[in-house]
Amino acid sequence: MQSSVQTTPGLGKILMLVLARDLRLAVRHWDQVLQPLIFFVIVTTLFPLAISPALDELRKISPGVLWVAAMLASLLALESLFRPDVEDGTMEQWVLSGQPLSLLLLAKTLTHWLLTGLPLVLMAPIVGTALGMPQSVWPVLAATLALGTGSLSVLGAIGAALTVSVRRGSVLLALLVLPLEMPVLIFGARAVDLAMHGEPVAGPLNLLAALLLFFVSLGPFAMAAAMRISVES
Amino acid sequence: MLAQVAATSPQPQLEARAVHLWRGEKHLLRGVSFALYSGELLQVVGPNGVGKTSLLRCVAGLLPTESGEIVWQGQQLPEGRDEFHRELAYLAHVNGLKAELTALENLRFGVSVRRAVTTEELRETLQLLHVEACADLPVRALSAGQKRRVALARIMLTRASLWILDEPITNLDKAGIALFEARIAEHMRTGGMILTAAHQLLLQGQPGVRTLELR
Repeated sequence: MQSSVQTTPGLGKILMLVLARDLRLAVRHWDQVLQPLIFFVIVTTLFPLAISPALDELRKISPGVLWVAAMLASLLALESLFRPDVEDGTMEQWVLSGQPLSLLLLAKTLTHWLLTGLPLVLMAPIVGTALGMPQSVWPVLAATLALGTGSLSVLGAIGAALTVSVRRGSVLLALLVLPLEMPVLIFGARAVDLAMHGEPVAGPLNLLAALLLFFVSLGPFAMAAAMRISVES
Repeated sequence: MLAQVAATSPQPQLEARAVHLWRGEKHLLRGVSFALYSGELLQVVGPNGVGKTSLLRCVAGLLPTESGEIVWQGQQLPEGRDEFHRELAYLAHVNGLKAELTALENLRFGVSVRRAVTTEELRETLQLLHVEACADLPVRALSAGQKRRVALARIMLTRASLWILDEPITNLDKAGIALFEARIAEHMRTGGMILTAAHQLLLQGQPGVRTLELR
Protein backbone atom coordinates (compact mmCIF):
# COMPACT_ATOMS: atom_id res chain seq x y z
CA MET A 1 0.00 0.00 0.00
CA GLN A 2 1.02 3.56 -0.47
CA SER A 3 1.36 5.67 2.62
CA SER A 4 -2.08 5.35 4.11
CA VAL A 5 -1.16 7.47 7.12
CA GLN A 6 -0.87 11.04 5.91
CA THR A 7 -0.44 14.05 8.07
CA THR A 8 -3.69 15.86 7.40
CA PRO A 9 -3.67 19.61 8.01
CA GLY A 10 -5.30 20.94 11.16
CA LEU A 11 -8.55 22.85 11.18
CA GLY A 12 -6.87 26.25 11.65
CA LYS A 13 -4.61 25.53 8.69
CA ILE A 14 -7.60 24.70 6.51
CA LEU A 15 -9.34 27.90 7.56
CA MET A 16 -6.29 29.96 6.55
CA LEU A 17 -6.00 28.03 3.30
CA VAL A 18 -9.57 28.75 2.24
CA LEU A 19 -9.18 32.39 3.29
CA ALA A 20 -5.99 32.75 1.26
CA ARG A 21 -7.49 31.09 -1.78
CA ASP A 22 -10.71 33.09 -1.83
CA LEU A 23 -9.01 36.41 -1.12
CA ARG A 24 -6.65 35.74 -4.01
CA LEU A 25 -9.58 34.89 -6.25
CA ALA A 26 -11.33 38.08 -5.15
CA VAL A 27 -8.32 40.18 -6.12
CA ARG A 28 -8.37 38.58 -9.57
CA HIS A 29 -11.99 39.61 -10.18
CA TRP A 30 -12.48 42.55 -7.84
CA ASP A 31 -15.15 44.09 -10.10
CA GLN A 32 -17.59 41.34 -9.08
CA VAL A 33 -16.69 41.73 -5.44
CA LEU A 34 -17.51 45.44 -5.51
CA GLN A 35 -20.99 44.97 -6.97
CA PRO A 36 -22.93 44.61 -3.69
CA LEU A 37 -21.24 47.68 -2.23
CA ILE A 38 -22.04 49.77 -5.29
CA PHE A 39 -25.62 48.49 -5.15
CA PHE A 40 -25.85 49.51 -1.49
CA VAL A 41 -24.60 53.05 -2.19
CA ILE A 42 -26.84 53.54 -5.21
CA VAL A 43 -30.03 52.30 -3.52
CA THR A 44 -29.51 54.51 -0.48
CA THR A 45 -28.78 57.56 -2.62
CA LEU A 46 -32.04 57.05 -4.50
CA PHE A 47 -34.16 57.78 -1.43
CA PRO A 48 -33.37 61.51 -1.08
CA LEU A 49 -34.16 61.83 -4.78
CA ALA A 50 -37.46 60.00 -4.53
CA ILE A 51 -38.77 61.19 -1.17
CA SER A 52 -37.42 64.58 -0.21
CA PRO A 53 -34.04 66.17 0.27
CA ALA A 54 -35.21 67.55 3.65
CA LEU A 55 -32.93 66.01 6.29
CA ASP A 56 -35.69 65.91 8.91
CA GLU A 57 -37.78 63.55 6.83
CA LEU A 58 -34.82 61.47 5.71
CA ARG A 59 -33.59 61.09 9.26
CA LYS A 60 -36.83 59.34 10.22
CA ILE A 61 -36.52 56.64 7.59
CA SER A 62 -32.74 56.34 7.46
CA PRO A 63 -32.37 53.29 9.79
CA GLY A 64 -34.89 51.34 7.77
CA VAL A 65 -33.46 52.41 4.44
CA LEU A 66 -29.92 51.50 5.42
CA TRP A 67 -30.93 48.14 6.78
CA VAL A 68 -33.13 47.11 3.86
CA ALA A 69 -30.44 48.17 1.42
CA ALA A 70 -27.79 46.23 3.35
CA MET A 71 -30.01 43.15 3.38
CA LEU A 72 -30.63 43.27 -0.35
CA ALA A 73 -26.95 43.91 -1.04
CA SER A 74 -26.00 40.85 0.99
CA LEU A 75 -28.60 38.82 -0.90
CA LEU A 76 -27.12 40.02 -4.18
CA ALA A 77 -23.68 38.92 -3.04
CA LEU A 78 -24.82 35.35 -2.33
CA GLU A 79 -24.96 34.48 -6.01
CA SER A 80 -21.17 34.43 -6.17
CA LEU A 81 -20.68 32.50 -2.93
CA PHE A 82 -20.80 28.84 -4.01
CA ARG A 83 -21.88 28.83 -7.65
CA PRO A 84 -18.47 29.32 -9.30
CA ASP A 85 -16.93 26.56 -7.19
CA VAL A 86 -19.74 24.14 -7.94
CA GLU A 87 -19.60 24.87 -11.65
CA ASP A 88 -15.88 24.33 -12.08
CA GLY A 89 -15.83 21.18 -9.96
CA THR A 90 -13.70 22.47 -7.09
CA MET A 91 -16.62 22.06 -4.67
CA GLU A 92 -16.79 18.36 -5.58
CA GLN A 93 -13.13 18.10 -4.63
CA TRP A 94 -13.90 19.65 -1.25
CA VAL A 95 -16.78 17.26 -0.65
CA LEU A 96 -14.36 14.38 -1.34
CA SER A 97 -11.41 15.83 0.56
CA GLY A 98 -12.10 13.87 3.72
CA GLN A 99 -12.06 17.15 5.65
CA PRO A 100 -15.13 18.46 7.48
CA LEU A 101 -17.20 20.12 4.77
CA SER A 102 -18.98 22.28 7.36
CA LEU A 103 -15.68 23.91 8.31
CA LEU A 104 -14.64 24.46 4.69
CA LEU A 105 -17.96 26.12 3.91
CA LEU A 106 -17.85 28.22 7.09
CA ALA A 107 -14.38 29.45 6.13
CA LYS A 108 -15.68 30.29 2.69
CA THR A 109 -18.65 32.17 4.17
CA LEU A 110 -16.33 34.07 6.50
CA THR A 111 -14.17 35.17 3.57
CA HIS A 112 -17.27 36.11 1.68
CA TRP A 113 -18.43 38.26 4.59
CA LEU A 114 -15.02 39.97 4.76
CA LEU A 115 -15.35 40.84 1.08
CA THR A 116 -19.02 41.79 0.88
CA GLY A 117 -20.32 42.36 4.42
CA LEU A 118 -17.47 44.28 6.01
CA PRO A 119 -17.36 46.95 3.26
CA LEU A 120 -21.05 47.63 3.96
CA VAL A 121 -20.28 48.08 7.65
CA LEU A 122 -17.51 50.56 6.84
CA MET A 123 -19.50 52.41 4.23
CA ALA A 124 -22.74 52.68 6.23
CA PRO A 125 -21.77 55.66 8.44
CA ILE A 126 -20.91 57.73 5.38
CA VAL A 127 -24.15 56.82 3.67
CA GLY A 128 -25.99 57.38 6.94
CA THR A 129 -24.62 60.90 7.20
CA ALA A 130 -25.92 61.62 3.74
CA LEU A 131 -29.35 60.62 5.06
CA GLY A 132 -29.07 63.02 8.00
CA MET A 133 -28.01 60.50 10.60
CA PRO A 134 -26.17 62.18 13.52
CA GLN A 135 -22.56 61.22 14.14
CA SER A 136 -23.38 59.87 17.59
CA VAL A 137 -25.25 56.97 15.97
CA TRP A 138 -22.28 55.76 13.90
CA PRO A 139 -20.97 53.21 16.43
CA VAL A 140 -24.40 51.65 16.92
CA LEU A 141 -25.06 51.58 13.18
CA ALA A 142 -21.72 49.90 12.49
CA ALA A 143 -22.19 47.43 15.35
CA THR A 144 -25.69 46.37 14.28
CA LEU A 145 -24.58 45.97 10.69
CA ALA A 146 -21.47 44.01 11.66
CA LEU A 147 -23.53 41.57 13.75
CA GLY A 148 -26.45 41.57 11.34
CA THR A 149 -24.60 41.07 8.07
CA GLY A 150 -22.77 38.16 9.71
CA SER A 151 -26.11 36.49 10.39
CA LEU A 152 -27.31 37.31 6.90
CA SER A 153 -24.18 35.74 5.40
CA VAL A 154 -24.59 32.47 7.30
CA LEU A 155 -28.34 32.22 6.66
CA GLY A 156 -27.77 33.15 3.04
CA ALA A 157 -25.03 30.56 2.71
CA ILE A 158 -27.44 27.80 3.78
CA GLY A 159 -29.92 28.95 1.15
CA ALA A 160 -27.18 29.32 -1.46
CA ALA A 161 -25.95 25.78 -0.78
CA LEU A 162 -29.51 24.46 -1.20
CA THR A 163 -30.21 26.30 -4.44
CA VAL A 164 -26.81 26.13 -6.08
CA SER A 165 -27.78 23.23 -8.35
CA VAL A 166 -30.96 25.00 -9.45
CA ARG A 167 -30.59 26.88 -12.70
CA ARG A 168 -31.29 30.58 -12.12
CA GLY A 169 -31.95 29.87 -8.48
CA SER A 170 -31.56 33.45 -7.29
CA VAL A 171 -35.30 34.16 -7.05
CA LEU A 172 -35.84 30.92 -5.19
CA LEU A 173 -32.95 31.87 -2.93
CA ALA A 174 -34.57 35.21 -2.10
CA LEU A 175 -37.90 33.55 -1.34
CA LEU A 176 -36.17 31.03 0.86
CA VAL A 177 -33.86 33.32 2.77
CA LEU A 178 -35.64 36.67 3.17
CA PRO A 179 -38.40 35.44 5.53
CA LEU A 180 -35.75 33.87 7.77
CA GLU A 181 -33.83 37.13 7.85
CA MET A 182 -36.74 39.17 9.22
CA PRO A 183 -35.68 39.01 12.90
CA VAL A 184 -32.24 40.34 12.00
CA LEU A 185 -33.79 43.22 10.06
CA ILE A 186 -36.24 44.05 12.83
CA PHE A 187 -33.69 44.13 15.65
CA GLY A 188 -31.03 45.85 13.53
CA ALA A 189 -33.22 48.71 12.36
CA ARG A 190 -34.81 49.00 15.81
CA ALA A 191 -31.45 49.38 17.53
CA VAL A 192 -30.40 52.18 15.18
CA ASP A 193 -33.76 53.88 15.65
CA LEU A 194 -33.44 53.71 19.45
CA ALA A 195 -29.92 55.14 19.26
CA MET A 196 -31.18 58.09 17.23
CA HIS A 197 -33.65 58.88 19.99
CA GLY A 198 -30.90 58.63 22.58
CA GLU A 199 -32.35 55.52 24.21
CA PRO A 200 -30.40 52.44 25.41
CA VAL A 201 -29.68 49.93 22.65
CA ALA A 202 -28.28 47.01 24.66
CA GLY A 203 -31.44 44.93 24.24
CA PRO A 204 -31.63 44.62 20.45
CA LEU A 205 -27.81 44.55 20.18
CA ASN A 206 -27.63 41.57 22.53
CA LEU A 207 -30.34 39.84 20.57
CA LEU A 208 -28.45 40.43 17.32
CA ALA A 209 -25.30 38.99 18.88
CA ALA A 210 -27.25 35.97 20.15
CA LEU A 211 -28.71 35.39 16.69
CA LEU A 212 -25.24 35.57 15.13
CA LEU A 213 -23.83 33.05 17.62
CA PHE A 214 -26.75 30.74 17.02
CA PHE A 215 -26.38 30.87 13.23
CA VAL A 216 -22.60 30.51 13.27
CA SER A 217 -22.72 27.51 15.59
CA LEU A 218 -25.41 25.52 13.80
CA GLY A 219 -25.37 27.03 10.30
CA PRO A 220 -22.26 25.23 9.02
CA PHE A 221 -23.85 21.81 9.54
CA ALA A 222 -26.91 22.89 7.60
CA MET A 223 -24.65 24.30 4.85
CA ALA A 224 -22.71 21.04 4.60
CA ALA A 225 -25.86 18.90 4.49
CA ALA A 226 -27.41 21.18 1.86
CA MET A 227 -24.24 21.17 -0.22
CA ARG A 228 -24.02 17.37 -0.21
CA ILE A 229 -27.59 17.22 -1.52
CA SER A 230 -26.77 19.78 -4.21
CA VAL A 231 -23.64 17.97 -5.36
CA GLU A 232 -25.46 14.62 -5.44
CA SER A 233 -27.34 15.32 -8.63
CA MET B 1 5.77 -8.04 -8.34
CA LEU B 2 3.52 -6.38 -5.83
CA ALA B 3 0.69 -6.68 -8.30
CA GLN B 4 1.06 -10.46 -8.42
CA VAL B 5 0.99 -10.71 -4.66
CA ALA B 6 -2.06 -8.47 -4.64
CA ALA B 7 -3.88 -10.49 -7.26
CA THR B 8 -3.64 -13.61 -5.12
CA SER B 9 -4.50 -11.85 -1.87
CA PRO B 10 -8.03 -12.83 -0.93
CA GLN B 11 -9.21 -9.47 0.42
CA PRO B 12 -10.46 -6.96 -2.14
CA GLN B 13 -9.80 -3.34 -1.15
CA LEU B 14 -12.87 -1.98 -2.88
CA GLU B 15 -15.99 -3.91 -3.64
CA ALA B 16 -19.34 -3.10 -5.18
CA ARG B 17 -22.14 -5.57 -4.56
CA ALA B 18 -25.29 -5.51 -6.68
CA VAL B 19 -25.45 -1.75 -7.06
CA HIS B 20 -28.75 -0.48 -8.45
CA LEU B 21 -29.37 3.10 -9.47
CA TRP B 22 -32.35 4.90 -10.94
CA ARG B 23 -31.99 8.21 -12.72
CA GLY B 24 -35.49 9.62 -13.05
CA GLU B 25 -37.53 7.00 -14.89
CA LYS B 26 -34.53 5.05 -16.09
CA HIS B 27 -33.12 2.02 -14.32
CA LEU B 28 -29.49 2.85 -15.07
CA LEU B 29 -27.36 0.44 -13.07
CA ARG B 30 -28.89 -3.01 -12.71
CA GLY B 31 -26.99 -4.88 -10.09
CA VAL B 32 -23.41 -3.94 -10.91
CA SER B 33 -20.78 -5.83 -8.94
CA PHE B 34 -17.02 -5.72 -9.03
CA ALA B 35 -14.02 -6.17 -6.78
CA LEU B 36 -10.83 -4.20 -6.96
CA TYR B 37 -7.59 -5.52 -5.47
CA SER B 38 -4.38 -3.74 -4.61
CA GLY B 39 -2.34 -2.95 -7.72
CA GLU B 40 -5.20 -3.27 -10.18
CA LEU B 41 -6.69 -1.08 -12.89
CA LEU B 42 -10.36 -1.60 -13.61
CA GLN B 43 -11.75 0.13 -16.69
CA VAL B 44 -15.49 0.53 -16.98
CA VAL B 45 -16.53 0.38 -20.62
CA GLY B 46 -19.83 0.64 -22.46
CA PRO B 47 -21.73 2.91 -24.83
CA ASN B 48 -22.62 6.53 -23.99
CA GLY B 49 -25.36 6.94 -21.42
CA VAL B 50 -24.98 3.45 -20.00
CA GLY B 51 -24.06 4.80 -16.57
CA LYS B 52 -20.27 4.75 -16.38
CA THR B 53 -20.04 8.18 -14.79
CA SER B 54 -22.94 7.40 -12.47
CA LEU B 55 -21.23 4.21 -11.31
CA LEU B 56 -18.04 6.12 -10.58
CA ARG B 57 -19.94 8.81 -8.70
CA CYS B 58 -21.76 6.13 -6.68
CA VAL B 59 -18.48 4.52 -5.70
CA ALA B 60 -16.94 7.89 -4.79
CA GLY B 61 -19.95 8.71 -2.63
CA LEU B 62 -21.26 11.54 -4.78
CA LEU B 63 -24.46 9.69 -5.65
CA PRO B 64 -26.56 7.64 -3.26
CA THR B 65 -27.30 4.14 -4.59
CA GLU B 66 -30.83 2.78 -4.74
CA SER B 67 -29.70 -0.55 -3.30
CA GLY B 68 -26.49 -2.50 -3.04
CA GLU B 69 -23.30 -2.01 -1.12
CA ILE B 70 -20.00 -0.23 -1.67
CA VAL B 71 -17.38 -1.72 0.62
CA TRP B 72 -13.98 -0.14 1.26
CA GLN B 73 -11.45 -2.23 3.18
CA GLY B 74 -14.19 -4.33 4.71
CA GLN B 75 -16.26 -1.35 5.82
CA GLN B 76 -19.56 -0.58 4.16
CA LEU B 77 -19.86 3.04 3.12
CA PRO B 78 -20.98 5.62 4.12
CA GLU B 79 -19.51 4.38 7.39
CA GLY B 80 -15.91 5.59 7.57
CA ARG B 81 -16.60 7.95 4.70
CA ASP B 82 -13.97 10.51 5.69
CA GLU B 83 -11.21 7.89 5.93
CA PHE B 84 -12.27 6.53 2.55
CA HIS B 85 -12.21 9.99 1.01
CA ARG B 86 -8.70 10.62 2.36
CA GLU B 87 -7.59 7.57 0.39
CA LEU B 88 -9.49 8.64 -2.71
CA ALA B 89 -8.52 10.94 -5.55
CA TYR B 90 -11.41 11.66 -7.89
CA LEU B 91 -11.25 13.29 -11.28
CA ALA B 92 -14.53 14.15 -12.98
CA HIS B 93 -15.29 15.35 -16.51
CA VAL B 94 -14.57 18.86 -15.27
CA ASN B 95 -11.04 19.44 -14.14
CA GLY B 96 -11.79 21.12 -10.82
CA LEU B 97 -9.40 23.97 -11.54
CA LYS B 98 -10.01 27.67 -10.95
CA ALA B 99 -9.56 29.56 -14.20
CA GLU B 100 -8.29 32.71 -12.45
CA LEU B 101 -5.53 30.94 -10.52
CA THR B 102 -2.26 29.69 -11.97
CA ALA B 103 -1.61 25.98 -12.36
CA LEU B 104 0.73 26.08 -9.39
CA GLU B 105 -1.77 27.91 -7.15
CA ASN B 106 -4.49 25.49 -8.16
CA LEU B 107 -2.33 22.53 -7.21
CA ARG B 108 -1.19 24.12 -3.97
CA PHE B 109 -4.73 24.79 -2.76
CA GLY B 110 -6.05 21.50 -4.12
CA VAL B 111 -3.40 19.40 -2.40
CA SER B 112 -2.86 21.39 0.82
CA VAL B 113 -6.43 20.69 1.92
CA ARG B 114 -5.28 17.06 2.23
CA ARG B 115 -1.61 17.24 3.17
CA ALA B 116 1.35 19.57 3.48
CA VAL B 117 3.18 20.00 0.19
CA THR B 118 6.19 21.98 -1.02
CA THR B 119 6.40 24.08 -4.16
CA GLU B 120 9.29 21.95 -5.45
CA GLU B 121 7.12 18.87 -5.23
CA LEU B 122 4.37 20.61 -7.19
CA ARG B 123 6.80 21.72 -9.88
CA GLU B 124 8.35 18.25 -10.11
CA THR B 125 4.95 16.68 -10.68
CA LEU B 126 4.10 19.23 -13.35
CA GLN B 127 7.43 18.37 -14.95
CA LEU B 128 6.56 14.65 -14.96
CA LEU B 129 3.55 15.48 -17.14
CA HIS B 130 5.55 17.96 -19.24
CA VAL B 131 3.53 21.03 -18.26
CA GLU B 132 6.15 22.77 -16.10
CA ALA B 133 6.07 25.73 -18.50
CA CYS B 134 2.43 26.33 -17.55
CA ALA B 135 3.10 26.46 -13.81
CA ASP B 136 2.80 30.23 -13.47
CA LEU B 137 0.14 30.83 -16.12
CA PRO B 138 -3.51 31.29 -15.19
CA VAL B 139 -5.37 28.10 -16.03
CA ARG B 140 -7.70 30.15 -18.23
CA ALA B 141 -4.80 30.59 -20.66
CA LEU B 142 -4.03 26.85 -20.98
CA SER B 143 -5.23 24.54 -23.72
CA ALA B 144 -7.76 21.82 -22.91
CA GLY B 145 -5.06 19.16 -22.94
CA GLN B 146 -2.77 21.18 -20.69
CA LYS B 147 -5.62 21.71 -18.22
CA ARG B 148 -6.23 17.96 -18.15
CA ARG B 149 -2.56 17.35 -17.44
CA VAL B 150 -2.63 19.82 -14.54
CA ALA B 151 -5.75 18.08 -13.21
CA LEU B 152 -3.96 14.73 -13.44
CA ALA B 153 -0.99 16.22 -11.60
CA ARG B 154 -3.35 16.97 -8.72
CA ILE B 155 -4.49 13.34 -8.63
CA MET B 156 -0.88 12.16 -8.48
CA LEU B 157 -0.02 14.65 -5.73
CA THR B 158 -2.82 13.63 -3.36
CA ARG B 159 -0.96 10.35 -2.60
CA ALA B 160 -4.31 8.60 -2.46
CA SER B 161 -4.29 4.84 -2.92
CA LEU B 162 -7.50 4.76 -4.95
CA TRP B 163 -7.83 6.87 -8.08
CA ILE B 164 -11.28 7.19 -9.61
CA LEU B 165 -10.90 8.84 -12.99
CA ASP B 166 -13.73 9.68 -15.36
CA GLU B 167 -12.30 9.51 -18.88
CA PRO B 168 -8.89 10.72 -17.75
CA ILE B 169 -7.30 10.96 -21.17
CA THR B 170 -9.90 13.28 -22.72
CA ASN B 171 -8.09 15.97 -24.73
CA LEU B 172 -4.68 14.39 -24.18
CA ASP B 173 -2.38 13.93 -27.17
CA LYS B 174 -0.47 10.71 -27.84
CA ALA B 175 2.54 11.83 -25.84
CA GLY B 176 0.29 12.83 -22.96
CA ILE B 177 -1.44 9.45 -22.95
CA ALA B 178 1.93 7.67 -22.91
CA LEU B 179 3.12 9.83 -20.02
CA PHE B 180 -0.05 9.19 -18.10
CA GLU B 181 0.04 5.43 -18.75
CA ALA B 182 3.50 5.38 -17.23
CA ARG B 183 2.19 7.14 -14.10
CA ILE B 184 -0.70 4.66 -13.87
CA ALA B 185 1.70 1.71 -14.17
CA GLU B 186 3.84 3.27 -11.44
CA HIS B 187 0.79 3.73 -9.21
CA MET B 188 -0.23 0.09 -9.73
CA ARG B 189 3.31 -1.12 -9.08
CA THR B 190 3.26 0.56 -5.66
CA GLY B 191 0.00 -1.13 -4.75
CA GLY B 192 -2.42 1.63 -5.77
CA MET B 193 -5.78 1.03 -7.39
CA ILE B 194 -7.43 2.78 -10.29
CA LEU B 195 -11.03 2.75 -11.42
CA THR B 196 -11.70 4.53 -14.70
CA ALA B 197 -14.49 5.09 -17.13
CA ALA B 198 -12.95 4.87 -20.56
CA HIS B 199 -13.69 4.79 -24.25
CA GLN B 200 -10.07 4.16 -25.04
CA LEU B 201 -8.46 1.39 -23.02
CA LEU B 202 -5.20 2.05 -21.22
CA LEU B 203 -2.33 -0.41 -20.67
CA GLN B 204 -4.06 -3.13 -22.67
CA GLY B 205 -2.93 -6.66 -21.95
CA GLN B 206 -0.82 -5.75 -18.94
CA PRO B 207 -1.18 -7.81 -15.76
CA GLY B 208 -3.64 -6.41 -13.27
CA VAL B 209 -5.62 -4.57 -15.95
CA ARG B 210 -9.25 -5.61 -16.27
CA THR B 211 -12.39 -4.24 -17.86
CA LEU B 212 -15.96 -4.15 -16.63
CA GLU B 213 -18.57 -3.90 -19.33
CA LEU B 214 -21.84 -2.16 -18.59
CA ARG B 215 -24.85 -2.99 -20.74
